[in-house]
Amino acid sequence: MKKKYWQEEIETASLEAISALQSERLVATVKRVYENVPMYRQRMDEAGVKPEDIKSIKDITKLPFTTKQDLRDTYPYGMFAVPMNEVVELHASSGTTGKQVVVGYTKNDLHVWGEICARALVAAGGDENDFVHVSYGYGLFTGGFGVHYGAEQIGATAIPVSAGQTKRQVTILEDFGSTILCCTPSYAMTIAEAVEQAGIDASKLPLKAGIFGAEPWTEEMREYIEDKLKIKAYDIYGLTEVMGPGVSFTCEHQCGMHVNEDHFIIEVLDPETFEPVADGTIGEIVFTCITKEAFPVIRYRTKDLGYITHEKCKCGRTFARMSKILGRTDDMLIIRGVNVFPSQIETVLLEQGYAPNYLLIVDRVNNSDTLEVQVEVAAEIFSDITSALTSYEKKLQLAIRELLGIQAKVTLVAPNSIPRFEGKAKRVIDNRKLHD
Amino acid sequence: MTIKQLSIFVENKSGSLARIIDILAANEIDLRALSISETQDFGILRLIVNDTFKAAQVLRNENCVVSITDVYAIAVPDQPGGLAKVLRLLADAQVSVEYTYAFISNNRDYAYIAIRTAEKDVQTAKNIFMTNGTKVISEDDLLNL
Ligand SMILES: [Zn+2]
Repeated sequence: MKKKYWQEEIETASLEAISALQSERLVATVKRVYENVPMYRQRMDEAGVKPEDIKSIKDITKLPFTTKQDLRDTYPYGMFAVPMNEVVELHASSGTTGKQVVVGYTKNDLHVWGEICARALVAAGGDENDFVHVSYGYGLFTGGFGVHYGAEQIGATAIPVSAGQTKRQVTILEDFGSTILCCTPSYAMTIAEAVEQAGIDASKLPLKAGIFGAEPWTEEMREYIEDKLKIKAYDIYGLTEVMGPGVSFTCEHQCGMHVNEDHFIIEVLDPETFEPVADGTIGEIVFTCITKEAFPVIRYRTKDLGYITHEKCKCGRTFARMSKILGRTDDMLIIRGVNVFPSQIETVLLEQGYAPNYLLIVDRVNNSDTLEVQVEVAAEIFSDITSALTSYEKKLQLAIRELLGIQAKVTLVAPNSIPRFEGKAKRVIDNRKLHD
Repeated sequence: MTIKQLSIFVENKSGSLARIIDILAANEIDLRALSISETQDFGILRLIVNDTFKAAQVLRNENCVVSITDVYAIAVPDQPGGLAKVLRLLADAQVSVEYTYAFISNNRDYAYIAIRTAEKDVQTAKNIFMTNGTKVISEDDLLNL
């Protein structure tokens, strides 16, 4: 019979059992990092916390936070908790701003990474008969490796296509018979467009599911991809600093991403006070690794905004579910005093039938912030009558004002004029910095 | 009785229009009439060409947004009041005219006008042209202008 869970016992364990396991593993991890990572020892000493003060998961709030800057400051191996001869693989997070962060994995860490991705693949209906088409980049970036190892664990056939060469992706989908596609959601859209342009009937492809992550996306984007590729689209979430993709994943009910709580502790904190918030309340997501050997982060501040719930899922999994990432604490645009997330604008665009190819241009004119939303005109809305097109612009403008309470200028631009992305999409140009 | 018009989305950026005209020229499409309607951000280029479907196809291949619209092309005597008379008849019958533009030919006795009416008024306009003896140009006539 087809497996519903990869590891039923832990994936459906009682909350008490999960909590007890987390407590036990947290205590051991804190002791280990205190002994092996000078920075953690120093931080804990400064905060007046001894490893023996951490007796259960309830004591986690006593521990100091770890930030991305801490990880950069200890570049390259300062945060490693094992001797380098136990490290079997290295990865690095993108170094677009400042120094990159180098992370390491022991043999066991790689096994765990594969295991949590195997859970995601099984939740997406995967088994040993599947062809897992991995279009995340294979390189220093953690991208493709986790799902690749996961595919191996469930006995599926991994196809390490890597990102780029979109036409070739389409050929491989067709000729190799890929059944599960793994990539960023924006690249999934690029591939979907390429399939359409090639005149291929997506419903005739063997592809049945997609596991997309590594950047925020919306429900509407999911519907768009599902419709264009005729698949069911699942979410996967993770950060290089914590493990890589696989930290959490959606099941067939698509009602939040199950966090692999036997390996990670998730906290949601108020972005200003850093106090824990109640289930359902938006805050900054913070992770602690409790099984990782080489690079265990303690209370790592992700800067991702979201919320969690501990209600049992219809799929039977008991792991806490986290929402989609609703924004980044530092992607958040403040326009005329209003908090704006690009994902909110994207939702409006998709609701009104636009493809989610857009660019936000923020500027300051006469000491007042301005927002321009550029969106590609689709063949479906194009008209030979000017007023019909300007009414689309006005309608969109109105919807944005209703949602955010700010006036935006909407500009229709030519199709394909907004750059497509193979990795993470850049949606915002903030020209205000030029004036500062 | 109508003729086919191409409508093309043009970004308000230098070179956008030239690019489209270049694509058409490279594919040996002859332009019969050209008009542009502009807003602050974009324009709509309206063209009457010798091969509408080929033109639409080559433009779409270059990622342009294109639609094909039916418009009337009428010939009015090239003298004062020639066009005014027709427009007045349309107005009296409450036909809403979305836009019009003129195009030229070698014939000095007539001026040629493209008229796009609202969808609902297409039939009414046709009746007016017929009952008033307005000369309506067909696709075939167009080839011989
Ligand atoms: Zn579930």
